[in-house]
Amino acid sequence: MMVAADNEEEVRKVGQAGTLESNDVMITVAPGEAGSGVFIDLTSIVKDQYGDAIRRTLLDVVAEQGSRDIYITVADRGALDCTIRARLLTALTRAGAVGKKGVV
Amino acid sequence: MKNSIGRDIPEVIEGYGETIPYVGAFETQPAMKRQAPKVKTIHPRKQKLVDTLETVFQQIPITDGMTLSFHHHFRNGDGVVNQVLATAAALGIKNLKVALSSVFPVHETLIAHMKSGVVTALDTNYMSGPVAKAISKGMLAIPVVLRTHGGRARAIECGQLLIDVAFIAAPAADEYGNLNGVQGPAACGSLGYAFPDAEYADHVVAVTDYIVEYPLAPISIPQCRVDYVVKVDCAGDPKGIVSGTTKITKDPVGLKIAAMAAKVIEAAGLLKNGFSFQTGAGGVSLAVAHFVRQRMEQEHIVGSFALGGITGYMVEMLEKGFFKKLIDVQGFDLEAIRSIQTNPNHLEVSANFYASPFNAGCAINKLDVVVLGATEIDIDFHVNVVTGSDGVIMGGSGGHADAAAGAKVTIVVANLLRGRLPIIVEQVLTATTPGETIDVLVTERGVVVNPQRPELLQQLLAAGLPVKDIHDLKAMAEKIAGVPQKLKTSDRIVAVVEYRDGSVIDVVRQVNQ
Repeated sequence: MMVAADNEEEVRKVGQAGTLESNDVMITVAPGEAGSGVFIDLTSIVKDQYGDAIRRTLLDVVAEQGSRDIYITVADRGALDCTIRARLLTALTRAGAVGKKGVV
Repeated sequence: MKNSIGRDIPEVIEGYGETIPYVGAFETQPAMKRQAPKVKTIHPRKQKLVDTLETVFQQIPITDGMTLSFHHHFRNGDGVVNQVLATAAALGIKNLKVALSSVFPVHETLIAHMKSGVVTALDTNYMSGPVAKAISKGMLAIPVVLRTHGGRARAIECGQLLIDVAFIAAPAADEYGNLNGVQGPAACGSLGYAFPDAEYADHVVAVTDYIVEYPLAPISIPQCRVDYVVKVDCAGDPKGIVSGTTKITKDPVGLKIAAMAAKVIEAAGLLKNGFSFQTGAGGVSLAVAHFVRQRMEQEHIVGSFALGGITGYMVEMLEKGFFKKLIDVQGFDLEAIRSIQTNPNHLEVSANFYASPFNAGCAINKLDVVVLGATEIDIDFHVNVVTGSDGVIMGGSGGHADAAAGAKVTIVVANLLRGRLPIIVEQVLTATTPGETIDVLVTERGVVVNPQRPELLQQLLAAGLPVKDIHDLKAMAEKIAGVPQKLKTSDRIVAVVEYRDGSVIDVVRQVNQ
């Protein structure tokens, strides 16, 4: 059931965080059309080994933040899980999508 | 059939033939005579100097299905392979086997020749760049043979790699076929990898852009083995042949690993007068040399020799008296070229002298320590330096498996995580160098000793080094990075990885897509 407060967690504009340095990841989030769900465009130097793990982490963070219709572009250069979480959280913050559960 | 390290090797591989399974680093024994090349003669008035490669092709003549060999001292500046194959293509020749000791990005033109059927087989010790990628994706119908540097010399000498025509990229030549690698615009230093080709090929062609008055001096490859000398406008691009001064790494993790590797060498009791050493040209490998040198200086130790690919850093150690000799099969920079030309203690040796397992003794047998890299190492200490994390070929043994077999102590240095990937895996994707020849793994988070070396383990423990179990270190890496999924490959074999004795240690299977 939709409640008003949830709207604050939606992505309103494009937000980006991270770099293309080794062991980092650059994540861009953009608002998706209503009802489009979460779309992940993933490129990674370790896609064969960690592609599924990276997707799981991204979906977890999105779910934790309550975002629904979102387009995530990920250029991964071998970032660890904690880095991926942090970069996505920051990108969401910059997109205006992190509310009460966001970074302090 | 499984070989002795558990690798699944077909008994017969199409396009390769029957396989000899790897059974151990020193188990396969030779049972043959050496290859006897054609006996030659030449009329006293006959000229060897010809104007064009076309003329050589017509005079030999080079025909469909022949094996043409090349050496890789010109590295990524090589112009000879491309010019020779362009000539073959222009003359409509098909089905050639190219036996090139290492393939570099500059050899991208090979792909077009493979597509058009000019080249249908490849035999090499190392490959990187577009050709390696194309091979990994199934470019050739028959698998590439991947050898070690010593193994290639062995295969040529034992008649397992028969060469119809050897093309020697010669920085300097005289008109009667004496060659060296130290003069002319394409100077590259040692010509060591070309020696077996020149010695055993049916026909030998020197390709040069620098002709001096007869007789050339010094002589590396003599006139009595060379049939033709071709003058071309440009044999190679010096910028791709010699590197700038290779610097010691500044990366703090790399320096930590290097310092620890130097401590391992000392703890093993090898750092004393007469010490012999091989290390690579990479930043971390050179840093090991740097820390070893510091200890040699403090303890007034004079080593015997340094071996392998020679860099300016090794030249400096020779000139400052840290080593008495350099044994050089390939030089990497201008300092190495200057030194081999002027210093009688800097020896130019053949690939056979350097590393062949089937002769009366090669130089790596006299090594105390070699420091090597790895793409992956597994819990049985087998090392992969052939395929990358995506299963694509990005290297090859070169001298890796040779030096590991010969040295008293073989040390692999590697970051525990490369990017996100743990360096230690359950089983390497491609086994290049068998675990029984690897003694120590040094990472920034600990040192691992092969359980087959209990005495070495005691020495390292006594020296207070942070010794760990390989399983624990693997678990530590996986805790940080997560457990990687296993790569999927198809069944099709794109390369056969021969151990230095010619047995098959592994195969490379085609990557998907």
